[in-house]
Amino acid sequence: MPRIQIITIILSVLLLLFIARLIIKGKLREEYAIVWILSTLLLIIFSFWREGFDTISNFLEVYSPPNLIFTGAIGAVLIYLLHLSVVVSKLQEQNKRLTQELANMRAQQQTDEKKNAG
Amino acid sequence: MQQRIAVIIPAYNEESAIAAVINSVNALNTSGSLYRFIPLVINDCSKDSTAEIINKSDCIPVHLAVNLGIGGAVQTGFIFALENGFDYAIQIDGDGQHPPEFIPKMLEELKAKNLDVIIGSRFLTNEGFQSTLARRMGINYFHHLNKWLVGVAIKDSTSGMRMLNRKALQVVNEYYPDEYPEPEAIVLYAVNNLNIGEFPVQMNERQGGVSSINTSGSVYYMFKVTLAIFFTYLRLKSKK
Repeated sequence: MPRIQIITIILSVLLLLFIARLIIKGKLREEYAIVWILSTLLLIIFSFWREGFDTISNFLEVYSPPNLIFTGAIGAVLIYLLHLSVVVSKLQEQNKRLTQELANMRAQQQTDEKKNAG
Repeated sequence: MQQRIAVIIPAYNEESAIAAVINSVNALNTSGSLYRFIPLVINDCSKDSTAEIINKSDCIPVHLAVNLGIGGAVQTGFIFALENGFDYAIQIDGDGQHPPEFIPKMLEELKAKNLDVIIGSRFLTNEGFQSTLARRMGINYFHHLNKWLVGVAIKDSTSGMRMLNRKALQVVNEYYPDEYPEPEAIVLYAVNNLNIGEFPVQMNERQGGVSSINTSGSVYYMFKVTLAIFFTYLRLKSKK
């Protein structure tokens, strides 16, 4: 087994363990972890199955296998970034509603207190 | 039965002008009047002494824990007015641009013409502060865009002096734009079949603070608001 293959396998497994640790410690929610676990599993599969990329590239008639990696990886990253933007937008909206409700509750409480005092 | 009108004043770092604005709103209340105007100041996480000033003033102070921007701040006031049974709500700027003495006149006009939303306009009589040429061109662009899209011709499309009845408050309770909300809100009102009118108001130049829109921001402003107008239109149309 070539050295690079051993290094890749070790790194991929470490990454998978790190993600598992984050989930266990509650720092990463499972729904966001799915993507990371899947990509790590892919990394591990292709670390073992070196001819895999050649086989797939041949099948798709990609001229050079590394091109397939770049296209696939960049595409996946872009889609995941889009997903994160959606998550951020949702969080922003929820954050706004919470802030508004809190501010209005405090104002209502104050005016009630004033009414009772006066 | 006296009717209550919430005068929503969004304030971000407005320590120099806010007290005077609150006082001139309170000065509208005369004994025996049919209406009671209550200043509702939304402090959008100001970094200056705005918070202390409004806490000491005769108004309802609403302090946002996180800076939400003009749209989120104004919407907070609309929600407060709706939930606390106010009959009408009017938004005016915290920097003294909008003279409160026009508020009762706008209210009369809103009732007389059976409107849901009435917008204070600089360009009906072209009196008072008229803004710069570049800004007027931008305002005119949104006037035409809205007219073409929803058939509502509001000349002062970016005016932040707007009165809403409870029917309109229900609409903005559901959704109100966050950033640069004024032109987009007109589309929101129109698609929800609210009656919108305009009323001539002589505005002042701002008495303190800085505009939220500078020269480099204006390109972004035009682009962002145009995009927002189209998407709001499509989203609301697809819901119906």
